[in-house]
Amino acid sequence: MSLVSYLINGLSLGAVYAIIALGYTMVYGIAKMLNFAHGDVIMVGAYVVFTTVSGMGMNPLAGILISVIVCTVTGVLIETIAYRPLLEVSKLAVLITAIGVSYFLQNVALLIFGADTKSFSSVVPFKGINLSGVSVSGETIVTICACIIIVVGLTLFVNYTKPGKAMLAVSEDAGAAQLMGINTNGTIALTFAIGSALAAIAGVLLCSSYPALTPYTGSMPGIKAFVAAVFGGIGSIPGAFIGGLLLGIIEILGKAYISSQMADAIVFAVLIVVLLVKPTGLLGKEIQEKV
Amino acid sequence: MAKKIFTKDNSSYIIVILAYIVVEILLKTGSVSSLMKGLLVPLCVYVILAISLNITVGILGELSLGHAGFMCVGAFTGAFFSRYVGDAISFGYLRFAIAVILGALVAAIFGVIIGIPVLRLKGDYLAIVTLAFGEIIKNIMNVLYVGKDSLGLHISFKDTASLNLDSATGDIIIKGAQGITGTPKDSNFTIGIILILITLFVTLNLIHSRTGRAIMAIRDNRIAAESIGINVTKYKLLAFTISAAFAGVAGVLYAHNLASLTALPKNFGYNMSIMILVYVVLGGMGNIRGSIIAAVVLTLLPELLRGLNDYRMLIYSIVLIVVMIFSWSPTAKAFRERYFGFLKKKKEEVS
Amino acid sequence: MALLEVTGLGISFGGLRAVDDFNVIIKQGQLYGLIGPNGAGKTTIFNLLTGVYKPTDGQIVLDGENITGKKNVDICKAGIARTFQNIRLFSDLTVLDNVKAGLHNEFKYSTLSGIFRLPSYFSNEKKMDEKAYELLKVFDLDGEADYKASNLPYGKQRKLEIARALATDPKLLLLDEPAAGMNPNETAELMKTIRLVRDKFNMTILLIEHDMKLVSGICEKLTVLNFGQVLAQGETAEVLKDPKVIKAYLGE
Repeated sequence: MSLVSYLINGLSLGAVYAIIALGYTMVYGIAKMLNFAHGDVIMVGAYVVFTTVSGMGMNPLAGILISVIVCTVTGVLIETIAYRPLLEVSKLAVLITAIGVSYFLQNVALLIFGADTKSFSSVVPFKGINLSGVSVSGETIVTICACIIIVVGLTLFVNYTKPGKAMLAVSEDAGAAQLMGINTNGTIALTFAIGSALAAIAGVLLCSSYPALTPYTGSMPGIKAFVAAVFGGIGSIPGAFIGGLLLGIIEILGKAYISSQMADAIVFAVLIVVLLVKPTGLLGKEIQEKV
Repeated sequence: MAKKIFTKDNSSYIIVILAYIVVEILLKTGSVSSLMKGLLVPLCVYVILAISLNITVGILGELSLGHAGFMCVGAFTGAFFSRYVGDAISFGYLRFAIAVILGALVAAIFGVIIGIPVLRLKGDYLAIVTLAFGEIIKNIMNVLYVGKDSLGLHISFKDTASLNLDSATGDIIIKGAQGITGTPKDSNFTIGIILILITLFVTLNLIHSRTGRAIMAIRDNRIAAESIGINVTKYKLLAFTISAAFAGVAGVLYAHNLASLTALPKNFGYNMSIMILVYVVLGGMGNIRGSIIAAVVLTLLPELLRGLNDYRMLIYSIVLIVVMIFSWSPTAKAFRERYFGFLKKKKEEVS
Repeated sequence: MALLEVTGLGISFGGLRAVDDFNVIIKQGQLYGLIGPNGAGKTTIFNLLTGVYKPTDGQIVLDGENITGKKNVDICKAGIARTFQNIRLFSDLTVLDNVKAGLHNEFKYSTLSGIFRLPSYFSNEKKMDEKAYELLKVFDLDGEADYKASNLPYGKQRKLEIARALATDPKLLLLDEPAAGMNPNETAELMKTIRLVRDKFNMTILLIEHDMKLVSGICEKLTVLNFGQVLAQGETAEVLKDPKVIKAYLGE
């Protein structure tokens, strides 16, 4: 394979990471918590599409819609039941419940679908195209397009709509936002809803390109997407986008040219280097503690 | 100042020793299932890991998600040593003691190397970078090949062939993803308990010393600690390193309980680091006795639920969420105080 | 002889000149006040003196030693201790341990002696306990030695912070709004405490305060700061009569 096709594959994987990272970064920005269960919502989304499309023979678009709805509801439920009681008490306590939720989702999936790997059939109905010798798969095209649409849409939503501005306000200072009459709980729930919907889409796209689906499918991409979000500067939408793309490219190039076993290590090493040079990520804001 | 014998600290030792005596009696009377027997050394491993992570998370107040990486370093160092010397030191206890010291030392060196850059970061950034380091260590262990022959040690990151071992005397000790096989089974429950007691001794004495005070001062208020002349970088690094060293000890114990040691996501990945963190948080940050109890209870819980087969991990996860909410949320706290307040009549005390 | 001599001290944050050409001379044993409207740069001066910020210009000389640009840990060792506007105690440590943390550099023993309880551990800890209790007694906190610092009432937390600062055996003590949030009775008691500290330890004290009663009651000399610059300097009574000062505080 040529460098160009590696780059395209990297962009495709990176676009998936970017979509997950967008959800991650929004949730982190507003709730200031490491949502370890985010990756598992991806897995839930993929299983829903697997069941509806492969199992029940539904139209892929309908399957995706159901998956988005299921994940949105799941995300909001997780937030209300498991996170909200602790969100203002201790970030560490929420981290632990998030781990609990992650185990929970994995084991529910394990009970329903079993531990064996399900072969996910792609939801993309058309074959790829050939650009002067470099073949680009249909999944790649759809993934990259979806990612761009989502980034543009989210940016517009956050900056130009009322609920979007409320999100910015709550992430800046939840207490002050509440005093200004913003429904902080509602805004946080909305953020989880959006993040989880994105996770559902990411799950479908991820499994369309990499069709092996198990209850643990979402776990590593979840961590990687978090790395991408931190990489780009956590809390920043363009940061998550850039971080995701870069991470995908680094991972694919690392696999191709350095060592396939070391690809993950390379990704993590790059994160470490970036954070040491710029402790808040590429586009993150510097926060100084006041004395 | 009246001295109390049954302080929180002493009770940690007493709990460990009592548990040991009870288990030994049960073992003598033959009323321990083989499943439980197999769990005894891992239990000691988890307890040491929980205590050691509590030094970083509870005492120093920094969130680390890469503790399993240090355990991995210790495990491979210790197992490598024991495999390397083999019967040259035939006395198992001595061989194991040296392995423990080496494992702790190398893990401590990794603690310093990783701690210097990482401890400059704050909060969740620090957490994710420790996670990254843990994963890198695990990954490297999977591509590391080490063999020995009459010419000495050979190291490769590619495959066994590139070690260029002498075919007559060559012996591959670390074999990439297959790890180390044939580590002498030098550990047992008694040794595990002794190592727990050593870990406890060092940790508790550290906390109640000038060094521990400085570390906790940094945790409570870094700026104030600097203002009274405490060298923040030095003490952060010290705490992080000691914590890493004991994770290494746990790793050595772990490795000498297994016929073959491999670096899998399950045993040395971030999932393991997170599991240890769960022990620490559930047991109470900075509460060493709590870490011990939480590690034991949470390790035994899935085993006790074994009858429920497929549902046990599901129940485990629900228990985890419920316990967290019940013990941390303000509404739950108010509820407890209203109905169970009488249980806690004793005046609040700091120790 | 001057204990603290600051000349031409200044710092800029980006384009903002937070402190400009600040000069002060404080004599041994003096009780010196630093006042000014909010945002005048008072706390910034404390942060410059204690090494939290590095000055862009100027020189700080403490007891003949040039400490300009040194790190806060070294400045503490050189002999400046401080309290904070928003109290910064080691909230999960006991009252006693807060003070003992302040004795960190006076009674030293190695980490290993601490872990293995070597003789130097016992002898130093004993000395630390004695000295810490002595300090706590001065502030009438010895009864609460085993309390968690965060469980102390507000006024006592302020006192504990002063006790901890004194534990570092400073030559100069900086108090950042010690009376903030106190009622008149507590303030009156605080004034007594500050005087007591000065007399008992022969301490030199520089304090930031808004409470004019406290300032006029105990400060011998004053510097008034406005927009990062010295507006007036001199004997307390005279400075407070200065029309420029009155204008800065009350407006036209």
